Amino acid sequence: MIERVGLLLLAPGFVVLLQAAADLPRVGDGASATFTHVAAHYIDHAHEQTGAPNFVTAVLADYRGFDTFGELIVIFTAGVGCLLILGTKDDGPPPPDEGKA
Amino acid sequence: MKSRFGSPLLDAAIRLLVPFMWLFATYVLIHGHDSPGGGFQAGVILAASIILLRLVRGRDRVSALTSHDALMLACIGPLLYGGIGFASLLFGGNFLDYGVLPLPMEPAEVRVIGTLGIEAGVMVGVAGVLVLIFDILAWVDNDTV
Repeated sequence: MIERVGLLLLAPGFVVLLQAAADLPRVGDGASATFTHVAAHYIDHAHEQTGAPNFVTAVLADYRGFDTFGELIVIFTAGVGCLLILGTKDDGPPPPDEGKA
Repeated sequence: MKSRFGSPLLDAAIRLLVPFMWLFATYVLIHGHDSPGGGFQAGVILAASIILLRLVRGRDRVSALTSHDALMLACIGPLLYGGIGFASLLFGGNFLDYGVLPLPMEPAEVRVIGTLGIEAGVMVGVAGVLVLIFDILAWVDNDTV
């Protein structure tokens, strides 16, 4: 029952998202907002400003360096999370059914 | 835990393979400026070589990088990245605006060096984290770190 209510509640949201998707620019549309703000600046100035011949690198490591820092922190957090959950010597109190097995 | 995969043949094979993997990781890191590649990819290649060593040689003969070293590397990576970021703060730029670092070069070249520095931080961090996760998952019943 509750699942059906959930589906019913999801349906309007789905319709709204479909409606919004119709307004998205076509893939590769050069006049869309993605290509008209900073992208042109990156393409024109990336080489002389950053010295990188490849401006994917220039954007990734230089203009959006803070973003890449966040990505590294995400990976670091994943490692530390694994370590804290699985890697500790002290497992705490044993599970209650250990003696029966 | 003795490795179930180890054999003289595999041992000889990885002796040939691992140095080239390290060379390739370095290449991907340095050449990432000009072509697809960079710190993440180089870190994964480096971690793959070390995990290969662990798979073939087993736990008792880990000499390349212990779990503790891997944890250290995983911490050094973000520290290096953030350190370069804060160093550029100290020299009067914005965070991670490493063009202001006082190196005797053209500004664009300083940025190239700065990019290489943070990519090296990414490589070290990714390699450390991946080896660490492998160690934790593979040797979870032992005292890992």
